[in-house]
Amino acid sequence: MKKDIILAGVGGQGILTIATIIGYAAIESGLYLKQAEVHGMSQRGGDVQSHLRISAKEIYSDLIPQGAADLIISVEPMEALRYLPYLSENGWLITNTQPYLNIPDYPEYEKLMNEIKSLPHNIALDADKIAKELGSSRFMNMVVLGAVKILLCDKMIKP
Amino acid sequence: MKKLLLLGDEAIAQGALDAGLSGAYGYPGTPSTEIIEYIQRNPEAIERNVHRTWSANEKTATEEALGMSYAGKRAIVTMKHVGLNVAADPYMNSALTGANGGIIVAVADDPSMHSSQNEQDSRFYGKFSLMPVVEPSNQQEAYEMPKYAFELSEKYHLPVLLRITTRLAHSRAGVIREEVLKENELHMPKDPNQFMLLPAIARKRYKHLLSIQDDLVRESENSPFNSYTEGKDKSLGIIACGLAYNYLMENYKDDKCPFPILKISQYPLPRKYIEKMISECDEILVLEEGMPLVEEMIRGYLNNGSKIRGRLDGSLPRDGELNPALVRKALGMSELESKEIPEVVAGRPPALCVGCPHADTYKELNKALEEYGKGFVFSDIGCYTLGFLPPYNAINTCVDMGASISMAVGAADAGLFPSVAVIGDSTFGHSGMTPLLDAVKTQANVVIMILDNDTTAMTGMQDSQVQGRIEDICYGIGVAKEHIRVINPLPAHFDENVKIIKEEIKYNGVSVIIPRRPCIHLFKKRH
Ligand SMILES: Cc1ncc(C[n+]2csc(CCOP(=O)(O)OP(=O)(O)O)c2C)c(N)n1
Ligand code: SF4
Repeated sequence: MKKDIILAGVGGQGILTIATIIGYAAIESGLYLKQAEVHGMSQRGGDVQSHLRISAKEIYSDLIPQGAADLIISVEPMEALRYLPYLSENGWLITNTQPYLNIPDYPEYEKLMNEIKSLPHNIALDADKIAKELGSSRFMNMVVLGAVKILLCDKMIKP
Repeated sequence: MKKLLLLGDEAIAQGALDAGLSGAYGYPGTPSTEIIEYIQRNPEAIERNVHRTWSANEKTATEEALGMSYAGKRAIVTMKHVGLNVAADPYMNSALTGANGGIIVAVADDPSMHSSQNEQDSRFYGKFSLMPVVEPSNQQEAYEMPKYAFELSEKYHLPVLLRITTRLAHSRAGVIREEVLKENELHMPKDPNQFMLLPAIARKRYKHLLSIQDDLVRESENSPFNSYTEGKDKSLGIIACGLAYNYLMENYKDDKCPFPILKISQYPLPRKYIEKMISECDEILVLEEGMPLVEEMIRGYLNNGSKIRGRLDGSLPRDGELNPALVRKALGMSELESKEIPEVVAGRPPALCVGCPHADTYKELNKALEEYGKGFVFSDIGCYTLGFLPPYNAINTCVDMGASISMAVGAADAGLFPSVAVIGDSTFGHSGMTPLLDAVKTQANVVIMILDNDTTAMTGMQDSQVQGRIEDICYGIGVAKEHIRVINPLPAHFDENVKIIKEEIKYNGVSVIIPRRPCIHLFKKRH
């Protein structure tokens, strides 16, 4: 078993929480794990990413090689596309569809969704809306993680 | 034993704590900050009362750690790479004084400048000072190295430089803990002259430092962190330093690299292994994260030996951090296929937060300077550096911590008017007070704005050393009381604040304006 996952989003959206949860689950299961993240800038609003690697065997690089990721998990649609160079040919992309609008030149929504939909393996869901229905849009990141578990785990992890 | 899930930085912290650490000193700086933050919240460190508060800057931190070493206890001092420039004086001289209790200088480099002004490689400082350097390649080594380094430090009575880079500092992995050692008892140095660098003594200490260099090479040759792996194919030999070892192995399934590999995680270079590789292999490929230190050393000025490949011959880029793909290319393997970033994707650079006090300060400053035009604002390093970007376009320089005030003084000396410095509260405490003294002494015609958001925001809300005493400090340094003005940067006070800034620009002498309003994330962090 070996899975390379890119987590993507905007600073303050909670991707590091997703990373931590998967990380602890991996350690609890006795798997090897490496998770590289970006720290430093306290300001909210810049793009952030994390490389998460899980394996039954020892892992060397903290960074996922380009073209090798099995999965991109993104909490924002444009950020999902920023890391496409990392996705492997048969890799999956799962993303929240709610844009985070904090830049003047945010692309047209239609164009973004067309790019996402053109990928062979993609799942797009309005996680903000689902989270709001469940009580608060603050848990949007957990909805995305839940979606990965329900919609993707069986597809991706074959015994 | 259960594994701990730790960042490289945290692994160093836990490793130092378990190795009998008595004091951690440092000044925040990405990517080193989490070493001390981990110790600050670690229950065992709190119970043992390990020293763990931030210092004013890297120089004071290094000297404090050296003082603890003098008193016989184990200390670590942490900083980012450019912090070692600030600490260079005590650092270089501590190679001559040496250590009593073990001392580790932990420095985090930032190749590719993810959040830094340059990408200097601290291993050069290691070579410069003639100290041993250890450089972990993974989190487990980062955990194990402090104990090893403390022992090495106490064996040779010499500080040890521990170098990491961004990727390891900020990457998590499972770490297995070892037994916890007791802290050292307080004890004085055996030689009462050891820390007394009068020229006559310093010369002796320097000769002593030179005399142990061969022993340090032997230590590297026998180090558990350095290794030579034989390979059948001797057309190439690979030297992989620190983290670069991982990018190498990443490219070989099941660890099956056909070439001999020399993994280096301790310096000075393990000479025996280098000689072996050079005599047995046709070509050498040097992989190192950072600048081409090893490559340059074994290539020599005339490069008349084996063919050495690396960052200097174009096999790898001359600058920036390594990654598996770059190493793959240098090994002559085919690139993995990968997609392009779609054109629709726009950049999303960091920006001042909505509601940030600095944003209001810049609007006010811009208004006050309108009549003079552009190019008069010397700034510094912190969140407020983002005031360079649109829509503010408010500042013109960012060089090193404290340089805002000194550059404004120099420009005013040249006749520039107005000459304005913009500096954060933590940066002022780090290295703004001494240039303010220069300004006062020469009665420079400058306006110094100390942006007091009550914290060191950029690096994650550490307390700032000057909290609650900025006015007193400025007054004590000699700024006239009526020209120390505190304003509240809020839209409601816009006109009033612009008027105050204009008044102080017109005053011919040293003015200090303190825009004071907490960072909007501070409340969250403190509660
Ligand atoms: C010599 C050196 N040490 C540390 C740093 C890392 N660093 C950058 S900005 C900063 C502090 C900024 O705090 P402050 O001046 O209060 O401004 P704020 O971010 O709160 O606006 C630090 C520690 C550095 N760039 N250089
Ligand atoms: S973190 Fe604080 S100081 Fe930094 S940009 Fe945001 S509000 Fe301003």
